[in-house]
Amino acid sequence: MNSMLRLVLVLTLITAGAGLILSLVETVTREPIAEQRRLATLRALKAVLPPANNSPDGDTVQLVTGQDKRGRDVARTFFRGRQDGELSGVAFKVVAPDGYSGNITVMVGVNPQGTVSGIEILSHNETPGLGDKITLPVFKGIFVGKNLDNADWRVKKDGGEFDQITGATISPRAVVGAVHNGLEFFREHGSEILANAEGGGP
Amino acid sequence: MTLNKEFRKGFWRENAVFRLLLGLCPALAVTTSAENGLGMGLATTFVLVCSNIVVSSLRKVIPAKVRIPSFIVVIASFVTVVQLCMEAYFYDLYKALGIFIPLIVVNCLILGRAEAFASRNRLFPAVADGVGMGLGFTLALFVLGAVRELFGSGTLLGYAVFGSGYQPLILMILPPGAFIAMGLLLAAMNLIDTNRN
Repeated sequence: MNSMLRLVLVLTLITAGAGLILSLVETVTREPIAEQRRLATLRALKAVLPPANNSPDGDTVQLVTGQDKRGRDVARTFFRGRQDGELSGVAFKVVAPDGYSGNITVMVGVNPQGTVSGIEILSHNETPGLGDKITLPVFKGIFVGKNLDNADWRVKKDGGEFDQITGATISPRAVVGAVHNGLEFFREHGSEILANAEGGGP
Repeated sequence: MTLNKEFRKGFWRENAVFRLLLGLCPALAVTTSAENGLGMGLATTFVLVCSNIVVSSLRKVIPAKVRIPSFIVVIASFVTVVQLCMEAYFYDLYKALGIFIPLIVVNCLILGRAEAFASRNRLFPAVADGVGMGLGFTLALFVLGAVRELFGSGTLLGYAVFGSGYQPLILMILPPGAFIAMGLLLAAMNLIDTNRN
């Protein structure tokens, strides 16, 4: 019985000590981590939005885009960029589920009229050296200036006008499709996204 | 049994990756570049040294029956510390290493050193063992990452080596490249050992 007690006591003390150390480290690192995540989002926003001098991550609208399998609402966040209080563009994330391996997350920036001002690949697992060329500026640049009316949203191989990358068609096709879906959503819900655009300054 | 010997064995004679063939999961998975290998190796070294220190200091307190759970708690705590600190101060590396940081917990190298060495030796030999084994592991990952990056991307630590005309051998940064590079390095080490005897 005595040895049993000792086992329990020692293990309890070790886990309690571990818990104490972890809570201390968590307290110290909480703010830097939040800041790092904010900076990462902000970097992507800066890259895709038209020139803006507010903090787009503090000026957001959330819209319900659908329901997941359990019937809960799926929300999409729209980041609004402003130049001297005037709305200059909106950025939002789209997910391409049909990449070569796993989801591709893309940040899309559009001007208020729905023309793409830039895209940025946030995360992907495409093949290094082939599919991962979607992260190159030469591919991302193709999207700039395109909107639903002035472009055929397919890769060249499918008869559209988006250059696929040599050796990889699936990854660009997935990105083009996802950006296209995002633009359609923006066109349908544009009024809600741009609502109180004039009143709610930074 | 000198401290020096405990320290040095991790680099060649008992190198974790190339001699004991321990901790191969991170060694093969994250070594797509020299920088990733270095980051992963140093993170593992930190956890290994810390866990060796704690396990060695508590070796007379921890009853044999609960030693494995105790070791795991100690190791998992230090891994979480590394993960939090890395996300806070080395965000890019944290993104690159991804899932493999929490997986340091199940790196059998660390539990292996706790069980086979730290729990049976005094503090200073345990520290020497942890530092030596950890740096040996880091060196192995760095070399593996450097070879794969050099041929797979034509760069070393991000700097172009072969010039723009080089057509990268993509295979080397894909999973099969890890096994091929590992096998060739292992063969090279065996060749050197054979020649020395």
